Amino acid sequence: MTITCNGAVVALDGATVADLLATRLGDPRPHGVAVAVNEEVVPRGDWPARPLVEGDVVEIVTAVQGG
Amino acid sequence: MTLTIAGESLTSRLFLGTGGLPNVALVGPVLEAARPALVTVSMRRTSSPAEGGLLAALRGAGVRLLPNTAGCLSAREAVLTAELGREALGTDWVKLEVIGDERSLLPDAVELLDAAEQLVRRGFVVLPYATDDPVLARRLADTGCAAVMPLGSPIGSGLGVLNPHAIAAVRAAVEIPVVLDAGVGTASDAALAMELGCDAVLAATAVTRADDPVAMASALRLGVEAGRLAWSAGRIPRRNEARASSPVLGRIG
Repeated sequence: MTITCNGAVVALDGATVADLLATRLGDPRPHGVAVAVNEEVVPRGDWPARPLVEGDVVEIVTAVQGG
Repeated sequence: MTLTIAGESLTSRLFLGTGGLPNVALVGPVLEAARPALVTVSMRRTSSPAEGGLLAALRGAGVRLLPNTAGCLSAREAVLTAELGREALGTDWVKLEVIGDERSLLPDAVELLDAAEQLVRRGFVVLPYATDDPVLARRLADTGCAAVMPLGSPIGSGLGVLNPHAIAAVRAAVEIPVVLDAGVGTASDAALAMELGCDAVLAATAVTRADDPVAMASALRLGVEAGRLAWSAGRIPRRNEARASSPVLGRIG
């Protein structure tokens, strides 16, 4: 299946949010990171259980310098 | 007297933005010099765990973080960004920015008010970046915002407080704290804002892009303190004519 992650189309085998984080960031529970799927925030505690499905739009964000 | 926002006592009247700092190694010395009550950060897409360097430095310094919604052009984007900031940083506080376009970076009052209403309803402590408009400030206060942050001049311009009358009018229009946001270029701008009755000043570029960010951080802290003290001291009224301070009686000749 394919999803959109941070604006780019990504091919995935069935996976959870935690699996995606482990693939992308090398850590299934990275600190200071938040995830939204289809414009809804997925709370940290739900990452291991939240499946991703075809066409999901995922945003993975962290804090950067800002005014 | 200590500044209190949403029932929380803050440690100073200077808020600091981190945007534009040339390297993360400066975070510690700048924070030490500025001693800010709050430090703003932006939420952005990440693909590398190494990007957490800033967060580690800020957390190491023990400062209170204020996520912003910088760059959002609609209430929808701003609400989602605020929710992401809350989830990532574990704070209900948000500096709400909804800009009208990327050239002026001026607030979009209509979207701003909409986003503020939604976020207050969702339990956020909302500090909106706004135009220097007392009517908008009152509308934001009426929605339940915890403070209002009028701009002194455009973001990053360093033009200071272009319309002191408007800032004083915002101060007079609302009961909630007023934080001057945007446009501060140097210490006297921060002092002027405080002399006009602002409760705090937020500066980012003024510090981060100064030739010596650490020295400017100290200067802004002192400017804020001096301005606050001058405001509470009650300045003399302006007069169009001279008024001798030395006694007239007893002059020789």
